[in-house]
Amino acid sequence: MNFRHVGRKLVGAIGMLAFVLVFNFFLFRIVDSDPLAKYRGRVLTEEKRAEIIERFGLDGSKWDQFRRYISETVRLQFGYSTDSGRPVLEQIADALPNTLLLVGISTVITIAVGLWLGAKSGWRPGSRFDRSATGFSMVFYAMPEFWLGMLLLVFAASRTGWFPTGGVRDLTQDLSGWSMIVDRAEHLVLPTITLVLAYLGSYALVMRTSMLETLGEDYLTVARAKGLRDTDVMRRHAVPNALLPSVSLIAISFGFVVGGAITTETVFSYPGLGLETYDAIQANDLPMLQALFFLSSAALVFANLAADLLLGVLDPRIRRA
Amino acid sequence: MSVEAVPTTAVSPRRMAWARRRRSLTHFLRQFRSDRAGMVGVAVLVLFVVVALAAPLLFSSDELRASAGRGEPTLALPSSEHWLGTDEIGRDLLAQLVWGSRISLFIGLVGTLVAVTIGSLVGVTAGFFGGRIGGALMAVDDWFLVIPFLPLAIVLAAVLGSSAMILAVVIGVTSWAGSGRILRAQVLSAKERTFVERSRALGAGSWHVVSRHVLPQVAPLILATATLTVPAVILSESALSFLGFGDRFRPSWGKMLDGALDSGAITLNRWNYYLPPGLCIMAVVLAFTVIGRSLERIFDPRLRGR
Repeated sequence: MNFRHVGRKLVGAIGMLAFVLVFNFFLFRIVDSDPLAKYRGRVLTEEKRAEIIERFGLDGSKWDQFRRYISETVRLQFGYSTDSGRPVLEQIADALPNTLLLVGISTVITIAVGLWLGAKSGWRPGSRFDRSATGFSMVFYAMPEFWLGMLLLVFAASRTGWFPTGGVRDLTQDLSGWSMIVDRAEHLVLPTITLVLAYLGSYALVMRTSMLETLGEDYLTVARAKGLRDTDVMRRHAVPNALLPSVSLIAISFGFVVGGAITTETVFSYPGLGLETYDAIQANDLPMLQALFFLSSAALVFANLAADLLLGVLDPRIRRA
Repeated sequence: MSVEAVPTTAVSPRRMAWARRRRSLTHFLRQFRSDRAGMVGVAVLVLFVVVALAAPLLFSSDELRASAGRGEPTLALPSSEHWLGTDEIGRDLLAQLVWGSRISLFIGLVGTLVAVTIGSLVGVTAGFFGGRIGGALMAVDDWFLVIPFLPLAIVLAAVLGSSAMILAVVIGVTSWAGSGRILRAQVLSAKERTFVERSRALGAGSWHVVSRHVLPQVAPLILATATLTVPAVILSESALSFLGFGDRFRPSWGKMLDGALDSGAITLNRWNYYLPPGLCIMAVVLAFTVIGRSLERIFDPRLRGR
């Protein structure tokens, strides 16, 4: 692999990360002129006020604040939640595994099903399969993801009792072993279906388009001339090439996993980073929001870097460009 | 012989241009009318626009106030008095649905206007000038493409406040990156056309080339991109309203869904509360999507036959 290519991408990613870092500070400290607004209306003693200001790092000039912010963020110290008073990092670490589980599983399923749908409909454009798959993707794209979640809640949980209505586990029982795993899985089903259906369309569409673009390629004619069966031509020759444009989409989706699924987690009261974000909005908990925003941006920068490097390995044309 | 002698047959370049434009407009309308899905989309959209415009005639805005529900049944099912029932504080749901269409369409259009304006400026500048400016602009574009959209919009809305106008601008500012990228690619090919080169050879400046030769070539694509941006903006609006942003005293479809979830309409199975707003969002989004796809098919010859 070409070192210049890797070097350029690395420098780009580091620059982007630096920009995220600075942007994050300005967004929260400069635009929001009064971070203590949350305490407005409460009578604060001088000492209490000084203590709060010190605790949230609001003393000194903006420049001092900025330097302190950089050095703390680099060490992953995000301060304290103004809502719960707990360290932000600890609160995030508690919610992260839930989010990784839910959004991770649904991202994998979405990618697999979406690419399959797209490849199959792009192989025979205009066929009945293509038309129904495209219509299906469009309809689910048009539904707000949280509304889809609400409908599933109504029909598969609250009215029928098939699945639990929310949360991550049954709090009324102390389960262990196999029954604990089943319980966790049951809580994952509905939010996972919601996320899969909501995001299926974008993969299907990208895959379909790139499949269409490979249809006229010479290597397919060659493969057919060799006497390969249609399914083999598709699976061995068309799909691998058509997958290239999806690589960045896939890598970036894994970046989104860290951000959590804000609205879906809210609908199912699923205690992940998305719900933390919702709660932080409701409580106007800026340190928490700031950390969540920084982490999800950073995750995306890394995912993007991974996509670029991966594409460089997979597609020699890019390295030379 | 002077031109004044035959005023009726004088063919000015301006007139020629207008005649050409009229011709291509008629041609476009004929093509669009033969696209059944696109026409259905237009019909649905017209219906929603009429309802949104007529909202004040259908329901007084007093119906939206918290006090309007006093003495009324709460979370009621549809009745002759309240065709769609009432919400958790007794307000009429149909009134909210009708007034909500205004917010969704307003934010959808204004947000798209902002997004496509920024996207066109960035895309055309980057594509036309290239070089260092283009590179820098595309780096910004890249950043906006990878930035987690909803968190950014949330942070901006949380920091800036949340009137409908601010929400529209916030959504617009966070969703222009895709159109910027598409337009740059189109401008790159549009500026290489022979007639552009000819115009340059005749001494045309950058401004003339951009406004007279490049923009007219990419204008249809800008329209198609805009139409396909509206659904994304409307969905973002509904998500942000659902999360509690937006003007507290003006209902929107997303806000109604938030109310339905919070008030327990799900457990009580008040379909009249949780179904209509979602169906409306879906209908408007689908309408814009099919119109946008029809426009793309007409304007982008590469997509014909797909």
